[in-house]
Amino acid sequence: MLTLMIFLPLLGFVLNGTLGKFLPKAISGWLGTAAVFGSFVIALMSFMDLTGDTTMPERIYTKLFTFLHVGNFHVDFAFQFDRLSAVMTLIITGIGTLIHMYSIAYMHEDDGFYKFFAYLNLFIFNMLVLVLGSNYLMLFFGWEGVGLCSYLLIGFWYKNVDFGKAARKAFIMNRIGDLGLLMGLFLIYDTYGTFEYQDVFKLVFAGSAESNAVNTAIALLLFIGAMGKSAQIPLYTWLPDAMAGPTPVSALIHAATMVTAGIYLVIRSEAIYALSPIAREVVMWIGLATSIMAALIGLKQNDIKKVLAYSTVSQLGLMFIALGCGAYTAALFHVITHAFFKALLFLGSGSVIHGMHHEQDIRQMGGLRKKMPITYLTFLIGTLAITGFPFLSGFFSKDEILMSAFAHNPLVFGLALVSAGITGFYMFRMFFVTFHGTYRNTHHGYDKVHESPLLMTLPLLVLAVLSVIGGAVNLPQYLGESISGGLHHLLSYDGGGQFSPILMYPEHAIELSHTAEIGLLVMAVSVFVIAFLYTRNKYVTQGAVPESDEAQAGMGKVLANKFYVDEAYDTAFVSPIEAAGDVVGNYVDDKGVKGFVDGFGSGSNFISRLLSKIQNGNIEYYLVYMVIGVALLLAFNLF
Amino acid sequence: MEVIIIPILASIAVMALGKKNQIWMSALLSMLPLIFIAQFFNHVGVDGGWKTLFDQPWISDNIRFTTGFDGLTGILLLLTNILVPVIILGGIRNDENRVKITALTLFMQGALNGVFMAQDGLMFYIFWELALIPIYFITLTMSGENAFKITLRFFIYTFVGSLAMLASLIYLFLHTANYSFAFEALRAVELSHTESIFVGGGILLAFLVKIPVLPFHSWQADTYTNTPAAGTMLLSGIMLKMGLYGLLRWFLPLAPESIEFYQPWVIGLSVAGVLYGALIAIRQKDMKRLVAFSSLSHVGLIAAGIFTLTLEGLEGSVIQLFVHGINVVGLFLVIELIERSTGTRMLGELGGLAKNNRLFMIFFMLIALGTVAVPFTNGFPGELLLLKSLYAYRPNLSLLAGLTIIFCAVYVFRMVQFSMFGEGKGEVASLKWNEILAFGIITFFILGLGFMPQILIDIVHNSIVQIGQWVSEARGVMS
Repeated sequence: MLTLMIFLPLLGFVLNGTLGKFLPKAISGWLGTAAVFGSFVIALMSFMDLTGDTTMPERIYTKLFTFLHVGNFHVDFAFQFDRLSAVMTLIITGIGTLIHMYSIAYMHEDDGFYKFFAYLNLFIFNMLVLVLGSNYLMLFFGWEGVGLCSYLLIGFWYKNVDFGKAARKAFIMNRIGDLGLLMGLFLIYDTYGTFEYQDVFKLVFAGSAESNAVNTAIALLLFIGAMGKSAQIPLYTWLPDAMAGPTPVSALIHAATMVTAGIYLVIRSEAIYALSPIAREVVMWIGLATSIMAALIGLKQNDIKKVLAYSTVSQLGLMFIALGCGAYTAALFHVITHAFFKALLFLGSGSVIHGMHHEQDIRQMGGLRKKMPITYLTFLIGTLAITGFPFLSGFFSKDEILMSAFAHNPLVFGLALVSAGITGFYMFRMFFVTFHGTYRNTHHGYDKVHESPLLMTLPLLVLAVLSVIGGAVNLPQYLGESISGGLHHLLSYDGGGQFSPILMYPEHAIELSHTAEIGLLVMAVSVFVIAFLYTRNKYVTQGAVPESDEAQAGMGKVLANKFYVDEAYDTAFVSPIEAAGDVVGNYVDDKGVKGFVDGFGSGSNFISRLLSKIQNGNIEYYLVYMVIGVALLLAFNLF
Repeated sequence: MEVIIIPILASIAVMALGKKNQIWMSALLSMLPLIFIAQFFNHVGVDGGWKTLFDQPWISDNIRFTTGFDGLTGILLLLTNILVPVIILGGIRNDENRVKITALTLFMQGALNGVFMAQDGLMFYIFWELALIPIYFITLTMSGENAFKITLRFFIYTFVGSLAMLASLIYLFLHTANYSFAFEALRAVELSHTESIFVGGGILLAFLVKIPVLPFHSWQADTYTNTPAAGTMLLSGIMLKMGLYGLLRWFLPLAPESIEFYQPWVIGLSVAGVLYGALIAIRQKDMKRLVAFSSLSHVGLIAAGIFTLTLEGLEGSVIQLFVHGINVVGLFLVIELIERSTGTRMLGELGGLAKNNRLFMIFFMLIALGTVAVPFTNGFPGELLLLKSLYAYRPNLSLLAGLTIIFCAVYVFRMVQFSMFGEGKGEVASLKWNEILAFGIITFFILGLGFMPQILIDIVHNSIVQIGQWVSEARGVMS
């Protein structure tokens, strides 16, 4: 069953990849959707099995074959379905199904329709390998595989050279992270002699305190991989550019699933991170810096997808703050709710772009709420969820992160609260400018704007419901002991002491008094209210519109230009490497090494004699003589 | 024996047929040795040592025609006799040189099979040189103004290396008990440390030039660019592997006492070559030159892996030499077909080729992914093992060499971008049956070995363990 769950999408990829060209679009699209939905159904059934029956082992394990066996180095091609993998699988296949469905309508005019579904299915397959692999190398397989699919899908409209550039940038920045991850893997094998999660963690758990320096090194190297995949400083700049891909891709890969792989990696490696306070501290501060920086940039972006992209980077930063504080459940909780509302927002923006005939600049929109009521309503719910409107999903998951930050260090809490506050500003700014006010586009008349078809609005509605009720998976204690902490219980379940839970160490107990807890809640809610009122006043009541690119000045210009980080990277890395390539290629290699050898030879008589001899000869005769000669020589001597 | 003679006879037959020869005929001829290789695998097997199949006095009683088979030989025979049909199917243009190049390629096949089966030192040397001659003539069919000079540089380069190897072999020969060139006899010669450094150095030089390892590579890019596709493929796909095979089969067993001395130098130069080649490749416009420098980068990693003397490095190197052969021939086939259709292989002059020929695009993409070593393609397992072996030797060297996974993505995807994507400039003619078959064989190995690399390891394991034992006996330790 596990194998089928993983390989169904691969089958979809193969079918669409080979036969897709000959299939009608509807069949091609539904085939791709069905493959993912099939996986979802199996995952759901397996999840019920796993959690419903206390006699079940903590994981379902399947070994397909031995991938490599060289001396002491042994890696199996094997999968495991445990509670953490189950949660990730349900997100991937569940939201994946909705986004596949949405894409049938969104991509219906595209020539590469079947190709699109083939790539999406390939992505789901690789993502499942990533979260369901039973060892670090399987994770690396999926890790690189999703990177490849991301490359293929960002550059999906391959005629556009800029899109191609964005695609390569994404792949290459990810590979920088992957190199760190790979070194981490080698260090793991060097230290523990295996890649299998269970074996590694048992050894880590049993290990002495002296090994903590090694564990710190492993944790930091793994985190470099996570920086690349989950777009953290300094490897985050590919994600905003990745918005070049079709919008369903942004929703699926660059918001809901792939970019959370880094969080998955850290949660999975909890045993290692638990031993290294230094590594956790690094994770936390990087997450914090990324979260604030991306949120600030988001304030001045005018491309609807770019705002969402920086928002994603910022939210991922929040998740890393939680991980750094040792609140693994809170991080995974936010992964889940974020998957709901960010997929919703991206698909909503896709609906807007669709309805606006491929316009993405929010300054060219305005007043869309009357034309696109369903999109408007669902987008509103998504915005409220991400900004922390009380009792929507994002409210609970974000507050859990904030509380864990407070328990860890009040300063971190304060800064995280700032980041969460800025979220409210840029989200409502985008929301009001897009849907309220007056319509400003001059290319397409207001009457041309239309609501999207049912196939697109249905996923929006489903995701909107999930964004509202998603908090239920891990309600806080103050709402009642019996219904709270579902996710936490799931992850720290230890099978009555017989099995090792996913979280081996008790989580950083968040022991706040109820007064403190309520105090923090009030602060979070007031930040939300301020952001809402300020932006509403500015963009609705006063009808302000973000300034044009030329009018930007001062700090606003710096933010609009993303702190000039891309330019800095170009100057610091890209240009020097290219220059080095030129210098080495044109001078060192051509003039230096080769010139040296030629100079050596050109003076010598030996060459000139050889030259004249060969020039006198007739090649064809040489050839014939040689073939016959050798053949005869061999024949006479041997028979 | 048969696998050496048949291609040479086939070569003569092709010459005799002249223009009447069809592609399918020569392709079929080139596949004949595979039957015998299958026999070797079935009946000789890869379990024991390097078993002698055939042994006759040849030039004299002491210089014998001795062929042997084991897993290592098996892998290289497979590589050669899979790639030569691919080259004949797709790599030879239908022009006035077609017959000549086909015949030379077949001749080369026989010579290469001889190199990989020879169990006699001098026979190895003779076939080693013999394999050079067809390349030389293939290159001369090009009428570029520099062709002659370039060919000569290539020739002299490898010639100097080969002479050094010959001198070393003769030195060993003179010290054998009963004047023999047989592998076992040469291996039995006990050398002092100093002797070993000179003898080993001579053998090593021939192989380092052929691989090539920095700074012995300057024949490579020019020769590649100025040779017809078939020649480039033979050179990069198979002939470079003669050098790597030579290291494993002849250098390590014959001069194990010198390994300690050369190890840091060869690994250092190889890792330097990994980065050096990659840096240059990033900036090339001529696709053939780009792949030539990428090749320098890739084989550098293989050579470094061998010299770590770890099991991972040695077996990883065998996987990777096979895989690199497949992939680089695939890349040159792609470039050749682009050049045939559009008349250019300069990245600045190309673009948008994906639009009209999707099948070609798929093949190109798969080969590119194999080269970039994405998981589930054949490039990954070998690269993993090699980097891991370097990690065991020196972690920071592994990190340096590991930069190749970034750079390789840069230059390969740059090549894909500027030829296949963007606005259309020209198109690639739809593929003919023979080209599809050639690509089909290559992609079969790209995906197959991506999932099941262990097949290659199982074939070669016993041979490598044996070599590792010899090395460790000589060094007293084995990592």
